[in-house]
Amino acid sequence: MKMKSPTAMIPGLYLTLFFAYLFGPLIIMVITAFNSSSFPRVSPWECFTTDWFGKLATDDKLLAGLGNSLLIGVGVVCVAIPIGLAAAITLSQVGPKLRAALYTIFIAPILVPGVVIGLSTLIFWDRIGTLFNAPYESFFYDGTFLTIFGQVTFIAAYSMLVFLSRIQRFDTTLTEAALDMGATPTQAFVKVLLPFMAPAIGSATVLAFLASLENYNTTVFTIVSSSTFTTVLSSKVRYGLDPSISAVAVIIIAITLIGAIIYECRNRYNTKGWAHVIADRPVLKIATHPGTVAVILGLLALAAVVFIQNHDSSACTAQILEDKRALQQKLMEEQSLNTPQQTVPAPTMPNLGPLGGDKGGASAPSPFGNSIFSPENLGTSASDGQ
Amino acid sequence: MTKEISLEHVWVEFGEFTAVHKANLNIAGGEFFSFLGPSGCGKTTLLRCISGFQEPTRGKVKIGGEDMRGVGPNKRPTALIFQNLALFPLRSIADNIAFPLEVRGVDKKTRRKRADELLELIALPGQGDKKVSELSGGQKQRVAIARALAVEPDILLLDEPLSALDLKLRQHMRTELRAIQKQVGLTFIYITHDQGEALTMSDRIAVMNKGKIEQIGDGKAIYDHPTTSFVASFVGENNVLEGTVLSNDGQKMQIDAGLGTPFTVESHPAGGPALAPGDDCHLFVRPEALRISKDESSINQFESNFVTEEFEGNMRHIVMNANGKDLKLSLINDGTNAIDANAPVKLDFAPEMGIALKPGELASA
Ligand SMILES: Nc1ncnc2c1ncn2[C@@H]1O[C@H](COP(=O)(O)OP(=O)(O)OP(=O)(O)O)[C@@H](O)[C@H]1O
Ligand SMILES: [Mg+2]
Repeated sequence: MKMKSPTAMIPGLYLTLFFAYLFGPLIIMVITAFNSSSFPRVSPWECFTTDWFGKLATDDKLLAGLGNSLLIGVGVVCVAIPIGLAAAITLSQVGPKLRAALYTIFIAPILVPGVVIGLSTLIFWDRIGTLFNAPYESFFYDGTFLTIFGQVTFIAAYSMLVFLSRIQRFDTTLTEAALDMGATPTQAFVKVLLPFMAPAIGSATVLAFLASLENYNTTVFTIVSSSTFTTVLSSKVRYGLDPSISAVAVIIIAITLIGAIIYECRNRYNTKGWAHVIADRPVLKIATHPGTVAVILGLLALAAVVFIQNHDSSACTAQILEDKRALQQKLMEEQSLNTPQQTVPAPTMPNLGPLGGDKGGASAPSPFGNSIFSPENLGTSASDGQ
Repeated sequence: MTKEISLEHVWVEFGEFTAVHKANLNIAGGEFFSFLGPSGCGKTTLLRCISGFQEPTRGKVKIGGEDMRGVGPNKRPTALIFQNLALFPLRSIADNIAFPLEVRGVDKKTRRKRADELLELIALPGQGDKKVSELSGGQKQRVAIARALAVEPDILLLDEPLSALDLKLRQHMRTELRAIQKQVGLTFIYITHDQGEALTMSDRIAVMNKGKIEQIGDGKAIYDHPTTSFVASFVGENNVLEGTVLSNDGQKMQIDAGLGTPFTVESHPAGGPALAPGDDCHLFVRPEALRISKDESSINQFESNFVTEEFEGNMRHIVMNANGKDLKLSLINDGTNAIDANAPVKLDFAPEMGIALKPGELASA
């Protein structure tokens, strides 16, 4: 084989770096979900464990937040999609001057910082609530309601962009043809324009739902006393992080992957070329049907859940704990020999649940210092410094 | 049932631009009427006025004697076949054809039955479940026609429906369209910029230029007796000579075209604007009207020199030069029309074959 010149390798190198940059953090995150270390990290590797998923399943706050997020996502989709579609249709029908002006207005919420939208939504509905003398329990002060309305302002604009790119390819003579053949304007809309927009409505729905699910800037203000998935996660980051967050990531990545694979399979299955290939091969036809793929992936996911439920790593974690205690014991002894005057705080019993902790710190220096994200660790490192 | 259409002083203006200029027109029920004109002359705009997508700035459109102002396209008894056909790409052929019935609330079974009937009519039986994208251009054309016929409109408007087809298919579709029109007896209003199409299919033709209707008449009248320079030069091939009228007695005119002896032509029989002695004029002589003089003393004779020749089998298309002016000549290839390329050739034409008109805009070749 010929040696490749260095310049020919640049695209390959670039791609490698690009994908490493893109997927590196995700891969690390996934690995940390299975490490028994109480702070999400890859090294030192302690034990392979699935207990973080169990911890997640019993985290009521997170689950409640997730429920709220899903509810808000559905609400946002229901409100934002019709608004976005209407805006796109309007833009496609007005003259060029008015279009430029309207476009700027419709797009403005995307340009306004989410924080501002959140605050202004809060203040706006509070004013209106005050105007009507509404009680504090009314929907003017309801986090879910306010969050839906706050998010809709900019998610409607996102979905409008999706619709615009599709509607620009719409042949308006189709609507005219429908009218000419006796359709009412409503019929022309429902029977001609709407089917044409269906793919865009699908992708805008997914986009709007995801944008709603992951939104933080606006939500953190509008959610008031309630919580969503993102606000719970962020408070976790502030008050002590553990790998159950990685477990959340694993689940999200798994769902995304499964969805993407099924979608891609469906696309390939529906291509003309593949239809030819499977025309007289019934087995292959069934095997590559997206439904089959979905079932297989579903079974895999189910197997993973069963595995996670049944995997027991307590022996290993106990061993690790024992090792640590022994090490600490040894350190203490050395320390008391060398500097008998200095008191070292006695190792407390692990209070981080069954997994034990790495509060000793000496054996496993974390890349983040002594795990300052964890309040207990803050305490230890502070006392260490005494 | 068929309905007559009348346009009364119809103007269409887009801002400063006048797309249709005072169109006056009556189309009888059951007629095959064509609009012929170069691109951008306002044919589509006029058709949109009739179908209701465009309100005239001034004037009236009447269908069956009723003023159509304010009547929407879905309430008019017209069906339009769009220039781009406008078939619904996401619907099957049968669903396309049955669309007009669907929006009228006809039940599914009846729709399917009617669609199958129409598929039979357009010679695509059993293809109702195909997608639009799976049809050829000519088949799409026919589906568009079937869809327009589904609710039996009184008037069928066709906007250059054959322009996208190759020559063979176009000729085939012409006969088929004409057959469908005879069969269902509708009023057809047909737009084209292909004169062959207009001449072969239409009962009457309106020739348009720059928003104005220049002449209305049957094919023969338009071809043999054009009333404006534009029509004379747009429809078919024509030689144009600039000249001056010497005399006009209402029967015959003498015209000096700068080619030796003055020419004698008939005064315009169709009653175009009369020319008085001293007026400038355009003298039109069709290539097939010019002949090689067989005898020294024939009328309207002039000398010319051979330039080039194009051989087309049954015809020879020859270019001759007379006093610096190129003239086209079409001769039957029957062996009697030999031309000496190196000596002056005498040409002539019959007085009834020369048409003198007021100078006006000529169609650009
Ligand atoms: N909506 C409009 N706004 C402004 N000008 C228009 C509009 N519609 C048509 N025109 C102008 O009116 C003129 C006539 O257009 P029309 O579509 O009737 O031409 P046409 O005779 O059908 O030409 P073609 O044979 O190319 O289809 C054109 O010059 C066109 O630019
Ligand atoms: Mg047109």
